[in-house]
Amino acid sequence: MKILVGYKRVVDYNVRIQVKPDGSGVVTEGVKLSPNPFDDIALEEALRLREKGVATDVVVATIGPADCQAHLRNGLAMGANRAIHVVTTQAVQPLTAARTLLKLIEKEQPDIVILGKQAIDDDCNQTGQMLAALWNRPQATFASKVEINGSAARVTREVDAGLEVIDVDLPAVITTDLRLNEPRFIKLPDIMKAKSKPLETIPLESLAVESGDHLKTTAYAAPAKRSKGVMVKDVAELVALLKTKGLV
Amino acid sequence: MSKVLIVAEHLNGKLNSSTARCVTCAKAFNAESVAVLVLADAPDAVAAEAAAIAGVDKVLTVANPANTHAIAAVYAPQVVAAAQGYSHVLAPSTTFGKDLAPRIAALLGVAQVSDIADVLGAYTFKRPIYAGNAIVTVEAPADATLVATVRTASFAAAAAGGSATVEALNLTMELPTHTRFVELQQGKSDRPDLQSASRVVSGGRGVGSAENFAVIYKLADKLGAAVGASRAAVDAGYVPSDLQVGQTGKIIAPELYMAIGISGAIQHLTGIKDAGTIVAINKDGEAPIFEIADIGLVGDLFTLVPEIEAALG
Ligand SMILES: Cc1cc2nc3c(=O)[nH]c(=O)nc-3n(C[C@H](O)[C@H](O)[C@H](O)COP(=O)(O)OP(=O)(O)OC[C@H]3O[C@@H](n4cnc5c(N)ncnc54)[C@H](O)[C@@H]3O)c2cc1C
Ligand SMILES: Nc1ncnc2c1ncn2[C@@H]1O[C@H](COP(=O)(O)O)[C@@H](O)[C@H]1O
Repeated sequence: MKILVGYKRVVDYNVRIQVKPDGSGVVTEGVKLSPNPFDDIALEEALRLREKGVATDVVVATIGPADCQAHLRNGLAMGANRAIHVVTTQAVQPLTAARTLLKLIEKEQPDIVILGKQAIDDDCNQTGQMLAALWNRPQATFASKVEINGSAARVTREVDAGLEVIDVDLPAVITTDLRLNEPRFIKLPDIMKAKSKPLETIPLESLAVESGDHLKTTAYAAPAKRSKGVMVKDVAELVALLKTKGLV
Repeated sequence: MSKVLIVAEHLNGKLNSSTARCVTCAKAFNAESVAVLVLADAPDAVAAEAAAIAGVDKVLTVANPANTHAIAAVYAPQVVAAAQGYSHVLAPSTTFGKDLAPRIAALLGVAQVSDIADVLGAYTFKRPIYAGNAIVTVEAPADATLVATVRTASFAAAAAGGSATVEALNLTMELPTHTRFVELQQGKSDRPDLQSASRVVSGGRGVGSAENFAVIYKLADKLGAAVGASRAAVDAGYVPSDLQVGQTGKIIAPELYMAIGISGAIQHLTGIKDAGTIVAINKDGEAPIFEIADIGLVGDLFTLVPEIEAALG
């Protein structure tokens, strides 16, 4: 069984993103870049399925600029068998990402595709669902537990009302939520091993993907600031204040 | 002129208030007409609720046993069929809408606007990115169907008082059977719903254990408030995952939000930035939560929270 994992590089979640003073974008020069946390979880899940003997082949894929090679080596060091780098200079929107991943699916014929539920840069939460629709296959989004039973997967999903359990026939797209697993740390020898693992480079243009980058971003602004409030010295003062505001 | 189709969110025969929030969003760009689509096994009760929302012109229903549970792969082709002639398809930015809307957009071959937080025009919206650290203005093409999710915390629910017509749609199409509902594990709770409550009391890692969370529940019950939590509290198993507030949990806008033993990470704050009054209780006076709290109190939560409860009488 083969698993394809979406592995996007994003600004590290600890970086406090600043909007450029002229509103033309956010400052990404010199900031720390990391794998999207949900994609680390996706890769971890794929590796666990391989370790359980369910899967044999784990392929990580990223669509991104030329300097994403180190990022993919990171995924290989974590344990992926192979990596695919679809090279593009432009950041792609989810519909384009989904159409591109579909091309990789046609090439690779995976049984399971695991993506993050959302990329923490654009916060779109779209690509997995779009990919499943284009592929005409099931989707199991926001997964917090995955069990493979032969030709189907039983997935527990974190939904607003609680935990929903669904069965999906394979092949299918699964998107990860935070509590699916805790990604492993990469060990030094694995970084060395990763250097000799296969990394395929494909120019985006060569895949003949119809662009789905239909949205134009015309302005970036800093969020409205909440002003600093007051500090109270004790509970009596707190409750009195809440009463004046009519909140209790 | 925009004709808007809103996909109704419902569970156990009850319409979710997220649907009425989508109506307010549609009104914000002066939609010419607003229709609500109810996909269900037996849609009548939900349809009647939707028809009573002020501003809704028409309710469309599709009754089908296949629609008993909201399975995106089953719903999406039906929405696409029903959306013919509409310029906009809206769904709430809840797990229901997030799961479904991109599937609709992909079938239509259009991009999707996620998390509309503000309306500048029928095709121009503001939305948060980077955990709310930046707000972007996005323009979608006016010559294609606009598919979007609506950040429910940014729009009040449209009031009752409507009397829309209800029309049954007969969609004959083959629906996939590759996705099967097994069960919904729903915590039984008489407390208000976290996403629509006017008061929320949240606990974080500082609460320390599932047992200790009783102090949070007790204060919440005193206030008639919903209970929320930080990711750390959920990850540690103190509370179920559906209580998580934040970038990757629920985005809420109660009148009163009390953050107790929560440090105030950006991923948490993005979930509460539209709250009316934020109260923070933390033993660390330097905790970042105090930078955005309207009222801050430094001290041990295990002393202070019972004191608050007592002071409320
Ligand atoms: C991809 C990603 C997504 C995320 N999404 C979310 C999200 O949706 N929601 C979310 O909340 N987080 C999210 N996080 C996690 C976030 O970064 C923080 O780790 C988390 O919010 C911290 O939770 P906390 O404040 O409860 O814990 P901590 O940061 O550990 O804070 C605990 C606080 O409790 C205080 N405290 C301890 N004991 C007491 C006491 N006795 N009395 C009073 N105060 C006390 C401490 O001073 C401290 O400030 C996400 C992280 C990532 C990487
Ligand atoms: N450029 C990309 N390269 C690799 N994977 C991607 C890319 N864009 C999106 N994805 C996958 O899709 C998921 C959801 O992204 P989004 O829809 O942008 O929130 C991510 O967690 C990735 O798994």
